[in-house]
Amino acid sequence: MNLVWLGLIFLAVVTAAFRGTMPEVSSAAFKSAGAAVTLSIGLIGAMALFLGLMRVAQDAGLVQALARALRPLFKWLFPDVPADHPALGAIALNMGANMLGLGDAATPMGLKAMQDLQQLNGESETATNAMCTFLALNSSSVQLIPAMVIGLRAAAGSRNPSEIIIAAVLATTCSTIVAVLSAKLLARLPYFKKSRPRAKESGL
Amino acid sequence: MIKDMLSAASNWVVPLLLLGIPLYAFAVRRVKVYESFIEGAKEGFWIGVKIIPYLVGILVAIGMFRASGAMDLLVAGLRPLTGLFGFPAEALPVALLRPLSGSGTLGLISDVFQTSGPDSFVGRLVSVIEGSTETTFYVLAVYFGSVAVRKSRHALPASLLGDLAGVVAAFIVCRLLF
Repeated sequence: MNLVWLGLIFLAVVTAAFRGTMPEVSSAAFKSAGAAVTLSIGLIGAMALFLGLMRVAQDAGLVQALARALRPLFKWLFPDVPADHPALGAIALNMGANMLGLGDAATPMGLKAMQDLQQLNGESETATNAMCTFLALNSSSVQLIPAMVIGLRAAAGSRNPSEIIIAAVLATTCSTIVAVLSAKLLARLPYFKKSRPRAKESGL
Repeated sequence: MIKDMLSAASNWVVPLLLLGIPLYAFAVRRVKVYESFIEGAKEGFWIGVKIIPYLVGILVAIGMFRASGAMDLLVAGLRPLTGLFGFPAEALPVALLRPLSGSGTLGLISDVFQTSGPDSFVGRLVSVIEGSTETTFYVLAVYFGSVAVRKSRHALPASLLGDLAGVVAAFIVCRLLF
């Protein structure tokens, strides 16, 4: 992340120096900083709402039941996470919300899952294998119905806005499989194996 | 028709969950639903506050990158390569911007719809790309930020490989289907 962050800023300033876009870059820095705060504050409402609802579902045993149903899949995806760990319930909810295209609900559940995974993480500044697999899964889009783009197509006067659904499902399945397999295989590279954080004795 | 059904369904999902889960918890499991909700909501509030610095960091870098015009250079550099495979030039900025900015990508897609039409090959291709990829950098910054993890190890390369696979698969599937 360090190199990516520095790289983006470096390329921006160097390009701006040659193309004379420095005023735009300068104002973009301040505008983006403000936008980031607006976005986070805006997220707080949805976070509180959905994590509140998730706590109710947890206390009623619903989340645990969902995680139990998905246990075989989770055992392969996240071998380091104990089968009864709350992280798996949050991951299941996050994936469900993503599939349904409920982005507002998916983010709070995903962040909750990260908190739970972090509990299992002894060395707290380094990502675990489970975190990397979860993020690869999450950032590969498991959305079944791309509602946003269908809306855009309809607004642009498409004759059949939803005709892309099947194609999108096929493509997103490919991207998800590749992302998860990459996460699994990259974890075996000596470079990433070495940096693997030591597991904490008990996360609960 | 399908669109109406979809929007009707998505309108019902959240209210039904908001009623169904607490109702079951209260009636069947005797959970103190209000207290339970507040406990969870508190946690949500703090996570929301905690991610602010990480979000500022990544969005400023992405904002500067976009404003500088470096993206145009990247597109110009990659165009000859992607042209070899017959990948439409208009779809390239969409594919490259997608991991960086969700709203920016939607803007570019609208441009493509306006110039080439949503039912053209490019129009369909960018639609499928949008549906099969994610704003990877944003997701990574926010998710790792919320737990103060700084060394992301193989999460970024794995996620970007997934995005690349999404774009390639979108192109192949569109070629086959449309």
